[in-house]
Amino acid sequence: MAKTFKKPEALSDQTTHYCPGCTHGIAHRLIAEVIDELGIRGRTVGIAPVGCAVLAYNYFTFDFQEAAHGRAPAMATGIKRVRPDLVVFTYQGDGDLASIGMGEIIHAANRGEKFTSIFVNNTVYGMTGGQMAPTTLPDQRTTTSPAGRKVEEVGMPIKVAELISALQTPAFVARQAVLKPKYIVRAKKAIKKAFQYQLDGRCFSLVELISTCPTNWGLTSWEAVKWAEEKMIPYFPLGEYKTPE
Amino acid sequence: MGRILMKGNEAIGEAAIRAGCLNYFAYPITPQSEVAEYLSRRMPEVGGVFLQGESEVAVGYMIFGAAGCGARVFTTSSSPGISLMSEALSYISGAECPAVFVNIMRGGPGLGGILPSQADYFQATKGGGHGDYRLLVMAPAGVQEAVEMVMKAFPLAEKYRNPVMILGDGLIGQMMEPVEFPDELKSEPSNNDDWATSGMETRKSSRRNLVKSLFLDSEQLEAHNRVLKAKYDRMRREEVRYEPYNLEADYKALIVSYGTMSRVCRTAVDILKVEGFEVGMVRPQTLFPFPEKAIEEAVRRESCKVAVSIEMSMGQMVEDVERSVRGRCPVEWFGKSGGDVPTPEEVIDAVKSFVKELI
Repeated sequence: MAKTFKKPEALSDQTTHYCPGCTHGIAHRLIAEVIDELGIRGRTVGIAPVGCAVLAYNYFTFDFQEAAHGRAPAMATGIKRVRPDLVVFTYQGDGDLASIGMGEIIHAANRGEKFTSIFVNNTVYGMTGGQMAPTTLPDQRTTTSPAGRKVEEVGMPIKVAELISALQTPAFVARQAVLKPKYIVRAKKAIKKAFQYQLDGRCFSLVELISTCPTNWGLTSWEAVKWAEEKMIPYFPLGEYKTPE
Repeated sequence: MGRILMKGNEAIGEAAIRAGCLNYFAYPITPQSEVAEYLSRRMPEVGGVFLQGESEVAVGYMIFGAAGCGARVFTTSSSPGISLMSEALSYISGAECPAVFVNIMRGGPGLGGILPSQADYFQATKGGGHGDYRLLVMAPAGVQEAVEMVMKAFPLAEKYRNPVMILGDGLIGQMMEPVEFPDELKSEPSNNDDWATSGMETRKSSRRNLVKSLFLDSEQLEAHNRVLKAKYDRMRREEVRYEPYNLEADYKALIVSYGTMSRVCRTAVDILKVEGFEVGMVRPQTLFPFPEKAIEEAVRRESCKVAVSIEMSMGQMVEDVERSVRGRCPVEWFGKSGGDVPTPEEVIDAVKSFVKELI
């Protein structure tokens, strides 16, 4: 019997440490499938963040560097500038990219660094126990906003895809979701486009992925998918925000 | 190229190119901005990479990324900028990557001032960033020596897979002196297949490389930190450099001084010699590893009554001098840290007063 579905070569055999219902696994798989399809595993370098995906390098089978919190875009800049033939991507969460690393992502995007950022938005700091993030929705309860996010005190959630696409230099900015099959198919297309643009020598590309955190949201896996669909997508609309001219 | 007159900062930039380092990331800060200005022009001429980062924090990680994928890379900054790069220095040391950092020191703490200082001694030699790591720290006393140390720094960083710091006071960067460079360019190392993230297809084996400093398992972190310690112990055995001065005389006092300050001390030693007042000097060229044995040896001299650490700080290296002297004689400190370099006369008065107190 022919094998019609198998693990991508770019994905390792290791069992992940992610919680049940977490969508990091889907995001990882999509990246691995794209790397396999583009045949670039031998010249790809990933940058792992600080956060839940700090051990992401255990789940891929190509070269990886591990960044300090928020600094992945600076490291990717260093790599890509000195080794332009490498395919470089950062994998970052919302605390990492949108809070402590906001300076690095904005400037890397604005310089038009030729790497790709995969931005996983699940509205909370997952690894440290579900604290409020710059992407936490208004009135959303977290362990550091027990009465809900008060926008009059800490402002509205940051829309990263919109923010980056307001810059003139980046080539491709999209937001998709890794929730249900219909979204996942579009998410993979966006990731593949981002990597393809990088291979074509285009400027910076970013794909934001609407994701879940059932553990810190206090929901079951399926409730988390529905919550993300009903609460997050209306505030963080899906689509392509910037494409090359 | 022959002997030419060159400003320290520019000479440092040229020395890196001659050492085969064609990758430079930096952020402007007084008094070392001329390095970036010089290299923004020179790097394109030699096909190298020049990038002005958005902050010293980001620059530290550009260096980490570039070093991690096996490129020869360096940056230059000054005291407050080095504070911001210290996080990256900790990570780069933990991940065992080679890189060169140049600190052209200015006064502190805080914004301090922009005049010369040696007040980052602790930061350079004792950490600055978090965790159990050390930098190999070299301290030039002139522009020619800065050139030579920059050129030595890259192979040393690669030998130990550890950051090397060139610690120069502001004068080293700002003054002009005659310098000579070797003519040929050295090439980048290519023997980093077993660790650098240069892409799997660039190496013969099918292994993939990881550049990281995270070890969640206590036994693994313990083992990793012991590997690092073994490297630092090897530096202590193999890399100590110092210059003895007037140690053949029967000196009453031993001066320990480095960088620009040591040149003033040298003049003071010469003046005192004419007066018949002998003073010896040990000038550390490496601050880590510190020339402990040379200093301990020097204070064993029967005539030596006191060791004096003379530095442009409020007393930092003096702690290492005390450690080296091992209680064999009193240890004193003399220095300034506002930005003025002590004069030979001030050094002479200080040394005489310390000796007088003991007689």
